[in-house]
Amino acid sequence: MSDQQNPSVPAIELINVSRRFLSPDGKSFMTLQDFSMTVARGEFVALVGPTGCGKSTTLNLITGLGRPSSGEVRVMGQPVRGIDPRVGFVFQADALFPWRNVIDNVAAGPLFRGRPRAEAYEAAHDWIGRVGLAKFERHYPHQLSGGMRKRVALAQTFINGPEILLMDEPFSALDVQTRVVMHEELLQLWSISKASVVFVTHDLEEAIGLADKVYVLTARPATVKAIHAIDIPRPRVISEIRYEPHFIELSRTIWKDLREEVQMSSDDMKSAA
Amino acid sequence: MTDIAIQSGGAILYAPGTSDVEIEAAARAAALQRKRTVIFWRCFILAVMLGAWEVTARTGIIDAFFYSYPSAIAERLYELVLEGTDEAPLWYHLWITMEEALIGFFFGSVFGIVFGVALGRNRMASDVLSVYIKVLNAIPRVVLAPIFILLFGFGLWSKVALSFIMVFFVVFSNAFQGVLEADRAMIANAQILGASPWQVTRSVIIPSAMSWIFASLHISFGFAIVGAIVGEFIGARYGIGFIIQTARGVHDTAEMYASIVIIVVVVLTAEYLMTLLEQRLARWRPAPVGDGHE
Ligand SMILES: Nc1ncnc2c1ncn2[C@@H]1O[C@H](COP(=O)(O)OP(=O)(O)O)[C@@H](O)[C@H]1O
Ligand SMILES: [Mg+2]
Repeated sequence: MSDQQNPSVPAIELINVSRRFLSPDGKSFMTLQDFSMTVARGEFVALVGPTGCGKSTTLNLITGLGRPSSGEVRVMGQPVRGIDPRVGFVFQADALFPWRNVIDNVAAGPLFRGRPRAEAYEAAHDWIGRVGLAKFERHYPHQLSGGMRKRVALAQTFINGPEILLMDEPFSALDVQTRVVMHEELLQLWSISKASVVFVTHDLEEAIGLADKVYVLTARPATVKAIHAIDIPRPRVISEIRYEPHFIELSRTIWKDLREEVQMSSDDMKSAA
Repeated sequence: MTDIAIQSGGAILYAPGTSDVEIEAAARAAALQRKRTVIFWRCFILAVMLGAWEVTARTGIIDAFFYSYPSAIAERLYELVLEGTDEAPLWYHLWITMEEALIGFFFGSVFGIVFGVALGRNRMASDVLSVYIKVLNAIPRVVLAPIFILLFGFGLWSKVALSFIMVFFVVFSNAFQGVLEADRAMIANAQILGASPWQVTRSVIIPSAMSWIFASLHISFGFAIVGAIVGEFIGARYGIGFIIQTARGVHDTAEMYASIVIIVVVVLTAEYLMTLLEQRLARWRPAPVGDGHE
């Protein structure tokens, strides 16, 4: 139990994890194989890899929505059993509740967790202000732009005070300008919350701009191909660092690793078709 | 005003320098004009059909004994409303039918929703029970009418049972389907935010199945009425079905058609009220896109 408080224990550990799925015709295929990853407390890790290699599957194992076929997944030193209340998740698709307005969406977490209504709504009001949507509390999701909906999703997740934040291509549906704004917003929220983050993306610049460490995954079955430390100092100004020579150098190095895998996975798809 | 818009192949071009106010006014006028045309043609078709019916029946082209004619039906409708039948005033017959249908509709929808959601949420139970549900669903509902009369007698409850069974399966299968269609990311989101299985059901599954459920409620009120009336055909002392059955006995076709008109009005009214309720409950939904079609 003392592991829970001990800051030297990593926030997330995947130890030789494999995950099989059954295809409809009854054959099993590997999605993750001997996958190992360690995320320290307060660390921001990005996962990049070809489409369909197993990034979402990895996040599911950490949330407890999925179970590994072999190996172990630990959160704060404890094996994952079921959904851990310290985990927050931002989805790629719109996962807001469309029949609830903004404040009801943001208050959902605390209400589910049994906090008193008044307290939940006060916290929700506060978080909506922090993501800059104070004027939109009573709007329904369909009345907001894609970027605003993502802000609501961030507030909905951060209100629970997650110690571990998992994000699955959260900004991939946004246009480039909005995405940069969201990156800066995210980094600001994260710097206050001190959460440990696993951020899945297929956008290499996004990964380098945000993360402390970039994991490059192989084509399916996914294992770790390379780990790159991103030594760009914080606080970072996302809209500017992408033009710095060091950033470009990092992109070039990581892209070399990634390109082979992307090619491999597209060759796979061609031969499968 | 008329020459600001230049009609060109369906799209409207505006002359340069036309102000927004003028364009909006022109658009509003065009929309109003369109609405008027629609209403005109609706009335026109109705008038032509009724007129043709009246004329062909009176001149003997179609047999007025079987088909009656609109003016006779209107007259009979007027008498029914004012005087009712030998047994009871019209409102009492109507009330009996409505009572049967409403009770059947209420319990049929409640049970349909509860079972649909419960089975949709429980894979094992739905795999086990689905075969029985298929079999039961294959029974044409009206063949149960004589059985229900035997079981529950000639009074209220045999018709309620028939209405219930007509409504139940429609609502059940829609609620079940609605649960299966609920968005997986949304469910996962609720779970991670801290929702218990019951909270997931209540705040994700049921709201997202609601549009499916409402679709089934729309059609199944009509079915509830069918259940009540078929029950009344087989055996009853009051009710609209009873009026139709008696009218058939004395070859009063005008009265049969008049009763049908009454039922149509009731079903359309119920439909309208249901649409209002749905709109209130679904304020969160985006307004349907379209170019002003109803
Ligand atoms: N529940 C599942 N059942 C069967 N196959 C699955 C399931 N989830 C994912 N997969 C398969 O595992 C592979 C990896 O999927 P995923 O983790 O979603 O990839 P991505 O890296 O794009 O997020 C895909 O080939 C997908 O078809
Ligand atoms: Mg994915």
